[in-house]
Amino acid sequence: MRYSIFQVLKEGLTGHRGWRPVWREPTPQAEYDTIIIGGGGHGLATAYTLAKVYGGKRIAVLEKGWIGGGNVGRNTTIVRANYLLDGNQPFYELSLKLWEGLEQDLNYNTMVSQRGILNLYHSDAQRDAYRRRGNAMMLHGSGAELLDREQVREMLPFLNFDNARFPVRGGLLHRRGGTVRHDAVAWGYARAAAALGVDIIQNCAVTGMTIENGRIKGIETTRGPIRAAKVGCAVAGNSSRVMAMAGMRLPVESHVLQAFVTEGLKPVIPNVITFGAGHFYVSQSDKGGLVFGGDIDGYNSYAQRGNLPVIEDVVEGGMALMPMIGRTRLLRGWGGLVDMSMDGSPIIDRTPIKGLYFNGGWCYGGFKATPASGHVFAHLLATDTPHPTAEAYRFDRFRTGRLIDEKGVGAQPNLH
Amino acid sequence: MIIPHPLLGPRDAQEFVYLGDACLIDRPDGMAEDSADAFHDYVYMRDNPAGEHRELWYHEQGDRSWLVVTRDTVTHRILRAELASDIARQRGRGR
Repeated sequence: MRYSIFQVLKEGLTGHRGWRPVWREPTPQAEYDTIIIGGGGHGLATAYTLAKVYGGKRIAVLEKGWIGGGNVGRNTTIVRANYLLDGNQPFYELSLKLWEGLEQDLNYNTMVSQRGILNLYHSDAQRDAYRRRGNAMMLHGSGAELLDREQVREMLPFLNFDNARFPVRGGLLHRRGGTVRHDAVAWGYARAAAALGVDIIQNCAVTGMTIENGRIKGIETTRGPIRAAKVGCAVAGNSSRVMAMAGMRLPVESHVLQAFVTEGLKPVIPNVITFGAGHFYVSQSDKGGLVFGGDIDGYNSYAQRGNLPVIEDVVEGGMALMPMIGRTRLLRGWGGLVDMSMDGSPIIDRTPIKGLYFNGGWCYGGFKATPASGHVFAHLLATDTPHPTAEAYRFDRFRTGRLIDEKGVGAQPNLH
Repeated sequence: MIIPHPLLGPRDAQEFVYLGDACLIDRPDGMAEDSADAFHDYVYMRDNPAGEHRELWYHEQGDRSWLVVTRDTVTHRILRAELASDIARQRGRGR
């Protein structure tokens, strides 16, 4: 069923009896051409692109839990292309372009809202660094504006401009950035992929891989063995566990990242704001809740929940930046497993095992990459060659020294 | 999380800085034939297990000792903590 205003009106006048489940619940077949492990945003976007752009047939997406239950439903919904380095910025610009056309492409309201992202600076040195970053963004067509203190005050009068230690001096505004309803992204991709014949199989965990003579032959699952010539892995925080089934070690540590939402408030925050002196970022959802987060907890974790010291740190950052939120009540906090890579940038590449492909290492920033990740990973699965935009995201960069380390902190995942 | 420091007793994990997998104690020989491969694995590759994990914590806000903490990464339960210097000596290191 194609969604439109006329469909809504028609269903409204006929008692909403015509709506149907948006994807099928198939039982797994014995064999597929391509299996995508992981039914998160990246896995679904990959399956959709593979079927739509590359004409792939007989594709299955396997999901251990349920669609929308992993990181695609746990992030803070921000999309942006405000990176500095050459390996990253063109990729995220591609992603932003795909976000801009996503709703029409999927025929699904994912509530793409380009409300802008403002990175605040608090010192001369930080302003210079943001100017440089803004120039890199403009060179790749992503757009950037450097605002001074008065321009920021006009936009966000409630900030604590005269904080004694970290006064707000201005900000780097990325107007095309914003937020997207994350559950709708999962559902929209799942619906569009299913319409193209992709089998979305939930409650199906991978338990092993069948590899013969250095080539993948299929996988073992909790719902029986499935044969496949090509297998793509896009499982975020569980990357190391799944790839260990193929005997691989990864340049990845799994960490926990927390996020929080307050009770609903009247509209107050018009865009996405990041605090440049601590680690705190915030936006306001359409329901009114302030959605915010900060640093990862900083130790290896598969727990999908964090600890109190980080909550305290995040909230301190929020209070330093906008004291007005002090009496807002926290509604929920949760954690997601992030696959922190050794240079803070992702990996989308072939593996030493023929037919097995890997997509991971997204750190805490996988959501914004969803459409481009699916786009380039589908290209890799279909053609066996990396997409030109993602040529830097290779395993061998750790051997050759071509790291993409935005923060320049080295092989220390909890600092990225 | 509370870390049972072998000398100082139970200490809040906030007093510590986390480094990562305790395999970082076993630094490869830089003069060996295969040192490029060995250092690639040492610096970048990790087992990253779900379950018991031996890891290095530095007591920065305390006695500045390095500890090897065995912790369950699924539950965050801490099973034991040992002085990293003891472990290094057990493996034949001078300190």
